[in-house]
Amino acid sequence: MADPQVLLSLRGLKKTFDTQEALAGLDLDVYAGEFITLLGPSGCGKTTTLRIIAGLELPTQGSVFLDGEDITYLAPEKRAVNTVFQNYALFPHMNVYKNIAYGLSLKGVGRQEIARRVGEMLELVQLSGYEKRLPSQLSGGQRQRVAIARSLILSPRVLLLDEPLGALDLQLRRAMQHELKDMQQQLGITFIYITHDQEEALTMSDRIALMREGRFVQLDTPRGLYEQPRTAFAASFIGETNLINARAEAVKEDGVLLDIAGFHVPCASEDWLTPGEPLLLSLRAQRLHLSREPVSTPCRLSGTLVESHYAGGERASLVRLDDGQVLHTRASTEGEDLPEIGSQVYVWWQQESGVLVRDDREDVHA
Amino acid sequence: MPKPRMDARPQASREAWAFPMLLYAALFVGLSLLYILGLSFMSRGTGYTAGLPLGGHNYARIASPLYLRSLLLSLRLAFFTALFCLLLGYPFAYFMARASARARTWLMLLLIVPFWTNALIRIYGWKILLSASGPINQALLTAGLIERPLRLLYTDFAVQVGMVYAMIPFMVLPVYSAVERMDWAMVEASRDLGATPLRAFLTVTLPMTLPGILAGLVLTFIPSIGLFFLSDLLGGSNTMLWGNMVHNELLKSRDLPFAAALSVVLLSLTGLVILLYRRMGGKAEGMVF
Repeated sequence: MADPQVLLSLRGLKKTFDTQEALAGLDLDVYAGEFITLLGPSGCGKTTTLRIIAGLELPTQGSVFLDGEDITYLAPEKRAVNTVFQNYALFPHMNVYKNIAYGLSLKGVGRQEIARRVGEMLELVQLSGYEKRLPSQLSGGQRQRVAIARSLILSPRVLLLDEPLGALDLQLRRAMQHELKDMQQQLGITFIYITHDQEEALTMSDRIALMREGRFVQLDTPRGLYEQPRTAFAASFIGETNLINARAEAVKEDGVLLDIAGFHVPCASEDWLTPGEPLLLSLRAQRLHLSREPVSTPCRLSGTLVESHYAGGERASLVRLDDGQVLHTRASTEGEDLPEIGSQVYVWWQQESGVLVRDDREDVHA
Repeated sequence: MPKPRMDARPQASREAWAFPMLLYAALFVGLSLLYILGLSFMSRGTGYTAGLPLGGHNYARIASPLYLRSLLLSLRLAFFTALFCLLLGYPFAYFMARASARARTWLMLLLIVPFWTNALIRIYGWKILLSASGPINQALLTAGLIERPLRLLYTDFAVQVGMVYAMIPFMVLPVYSAVERMDWAMVEASRDLGATPLRAFLTVTLPMTLPGILAGLVLTFIPSIGLFFLSDLLGGSNTMLWGNMVHNELLKSRDLPFAAALSVVLLSLTGLVILLYRRMGGKAEGMVF
């Protein structure tokens, strides 16, 4: 791929509602053709960000650039940006055809041209033959497709999607995730996608901007976010993780030696680290292995097996360390025979599976 | 099978609760209407009575230029009342629905408080306002816009003003409730798809609040045909509306059967308007009746 070209930029975006700070200064560059997801718990400011990009809300401070042009104060109808709204916002008094044709007919496009392009769109979202139906006569998944077609027909530079799959049941959700992703790749349109579902974000996105309290916590690829979370919040919001209290004993060139409940455990260092400071080590439950026998790797801890139950392809177990901390593990059920409850076990992992994270668990103001 | 029984019970009790209402309606609405319908085919008796012979002569009498003129005048007045109520009431209802909760309470009070005063007294207020020496004429004279006081009172204009004044809450309330129920995401969607604020209003807000508009039109149009005291107080001697006709026949000429026939015509018109309303709004959601 050629050098990625910045299509949309947010610079120092701040938004305050009354006295409530919704956005605390956002900077973001979105590349052309990218599928970027704003992920975060409800109230983190992701919808506000989207509304500012769409022009439905004005920022208190900061700017939005599209193709290098400042569009911060441009009216929504003048932006080459379209939105798929949460709950779709289909016009209830118009049938499917009129809903999809709406944007083009506002532009004064000729009747035949509209008919042709609506036909194309209906085919794209597999709703040919539904032209005459009213939104109230469609299923959730069909409404969703109409909403997408209604926006895509205008060939926007950026398509904004506000939890578009939130109202669908799980199975339909999965199917639509694939369809949306295929559509995005096929059309080459830049998607800015909002969700609070981490799994959805991981499977669909090129990059994820993890948000919390009006800030970007981490902007990364799905893999980067999962494997290399930078804060405790990032680590625990994406996937299941253990956050273990540790102390840095020695910081060396090739890493840091941690003291966890009396064990000396090596780990990759982080540039923000200062020795002696209490730290958190993030250990993914899936990346932990259990053993009855002592193991030779230095990345191990020991404790008592307090709970263990079969969960399909994996076994969910709880191990209490000697200092009282509890580790969740989700080891594969393949092969191994299992230690008894109450017995001494060893928990071990590949060194790169342990990631030091900044402790931002207390940062919640709300 | 415990489930159907659990369903059937509240159903049955609901019907039982509705029974007094049905009885009330049958007695006071149904029977009265039948009585008036029957009366309209009778002849005037001595004094305040009705008797034989039976026949359509009352209706034949209505089909004369005098009454047709009054009917047209009433319909025209009612039509413009509904229209002006819409033009004035829609913006008011719209801004009331979109105002802050505090402002909304105040606007609602502005609308409702006059209703705590007797309608007749409020119309006397208009008499003073519109009179030759009233504030409107005084202001225009002082401003030098006119040389002699305008004749405002005892005109069709005065009746029209009074009717719009009396009827406007019946437009504002249904429109308000329609605007208040609007999902504004629809308007945002239309802006997002390229509509200017005006186009968004015309293509989304207006059609979506249509049920409220239609209800308001019916609620202002129908009573306007029958109102008589307004034209009595504000109108000239030749402002004879349908309501005045019924009033006169009943209390002055004491021709009960003829008054009944006039009422039946009015009722049929009302029924026709409601039929039209249902036909127009048949597919729209949120219809009032």
